[in-house]
Amino acid sequence: MISCRISKLLRDAGGPMPLELDLKIGKGERLALYGRSGAGKTSTLRMLAGLMKPDAGQIAVNGQCWFDAAEGVHLNPGKRNIGFVFQDYALFPNMSVLENLQFARGKRRNPGRIAELVEIMELGELQDSRPGRLSGGQQQRVALARALVSEPALLLLDEPMAALDPEIRHRVQDYLLNAHRQLGFTLVVISHDAGDIFNLADRVCVMERGIVTREGTPDEVFLSRASSGKFQFIGEVLRLEKEDLVWVVTVQIQSQLVKVVVLEEEAAGLAVGDRVRVASKAFNPILSRLNPGSI
Amino acid sequence: MNWDPLYLTFKLALVTTVLLLVISMPLAYWLAYSRSRVKPLIETLVSMPLVLPPTVLGFYFLLAFSPGNAFGQWMNDWLGIKLVFSFPGLVLASVIYSLPFMVHPIQSGLSSLPDSLREAASVLGKSRTQTLVHVLLPNIKASLLTGVVLAFAHTVGEFGVVLMIGGSIPGTTRVASIAIYDEVEALNYEAANFYAAVLFVITFCILLAVYLINGGYLKRFWK
Repeated sequence: MISCRISKLLRDAGGPMPLELDLKIGKGERLALYGRSGAGKTSTLRMLAGLMKPDAGQIAVNGQCWFDAAEGVHLNPGKRNIGFVFQDYALFPNMSVLENLQFARGKRRNPGRIAELVEIMELGELQDSRPGRLSGGQQQRVALARALVSEPALLLLDEPMAALDPEIRHRVQDYLLNAHRQLGFTLVVISHDAGDIFNLADRVCVMERGIVTREGTPDEVFLSRASSGKFQFIGEVLRLEKEDLVWVVTVQIQSQLVKVVVLEEEAAGLAVGDRVRVASKAFNPILSRLNPGSI
Repeated sequence: MNWDPLYLTFKLALVTTVLLLVISMPLAYWLAYSRSRVKPLIETLVSMPLVLPPTVLGFYFLLAFSPGNAFGQWMNDWLGIKLVFSFPGLVLASVIYSLPFMVHPIQSGLSSLPDSLREAASVLGKSRTQTLVHVLLPNIKASLLTGVVLAFAHTVGEFGVVLMIGGSIPGTTRVASIAIYDEVEALNYEAANFYAAVLFVITFCILLAVYLINGGYLKRFWK
């Protein structure tokens, strides 16, 4: 059980932004922090890890105090028994895959642990390679394995899937869920991808400008408004053009561009860069299976 | 031919480089990662030999090392080391004079590594020394080599500082660069040419080796 009540004044390009958090994370839970970049997700994760020091508050894990501003307690990252997977994986380039895992082994040596992780993450054939020669998905698996060598009770993942192709993404998610089932750690994962969160987390906190604005299961958070049966997507306005009597708005929804026709009075309230919801009703969507390679 | 000046030059360069390597690793680590307020001051002091005329440095070393002064006297009384016109004095002056040539490559090598490497090691419970030895230094081998070679070459090429505090005592402080100057003064061009040619060839070979190693040419050749 982790209870984390912290605040910190963050500084970014947009000026100071206060971060205020009150999180409770159960043992073995899979929590996702969701939000746009700059919302304070990575800072939250770094403060849980001890890589960044909050201004005020406490972090207690199973009764052990990790941070207490009033008492002046700030436990070093190495003493928190956590695993951390960095966005750039931070594998040591001078060591082979196996050496990376061996370096992570602390004083408590469980001889079977590395072999077990090599098995779970299917790293057998990669053991002697240097990280520089591996693909993104392979590096990610090594980083996950390395973070789990010291048998952490808490695993922290910073945008673990951001740099991966969709197909590799699902495989890495499977590895991660498999490891979670077998090893039973608590998981906190940052993502700005709803799909990742659906697969990985059983609870999600939506963060905006340093605070949690919504919280619930991925279903509750992401599907609440879709329950009326409408199709809807969130996108960003790229362009507004007048064509005869109507306006054509180009909207980017993830990596797709969509053109939507609106009336002049609707267009008046829009500007380039606005976040918009594109919804449609009274259509019967047609679902057809794509052959691999036909995209 | 008298090989003493050449032997002395390379002995001085070797001792200086080894000492510099030991001193520069922790110093460069501190300069690369510290956020202390005195950092700009220390950085300036380390870089001073780059811009100061060697004679200025040599002049102040001469004053500081002289037994008439507190530091020189203390070294003489307590450690029994006489720094003026002696080999230990040359070593100390060379270490300070070549310091930036060793510290700067290591410092920029460390700064160019992603922070996440240090953070990952710290999450894994490694101390700073363990991180430096096992993670950081092995990943900046090229910078270390550059630092070693620059410091060595710079010490070989020293003239002004050595002349000021070492003079030209044969076998003790008369290094090759000074010997060349002395021989030319005495119109003994043949001896000067001998020393000059040896220095030229050796420094050329050292630099060539560095470019071959850092450029990966050797690895490609062996494949």
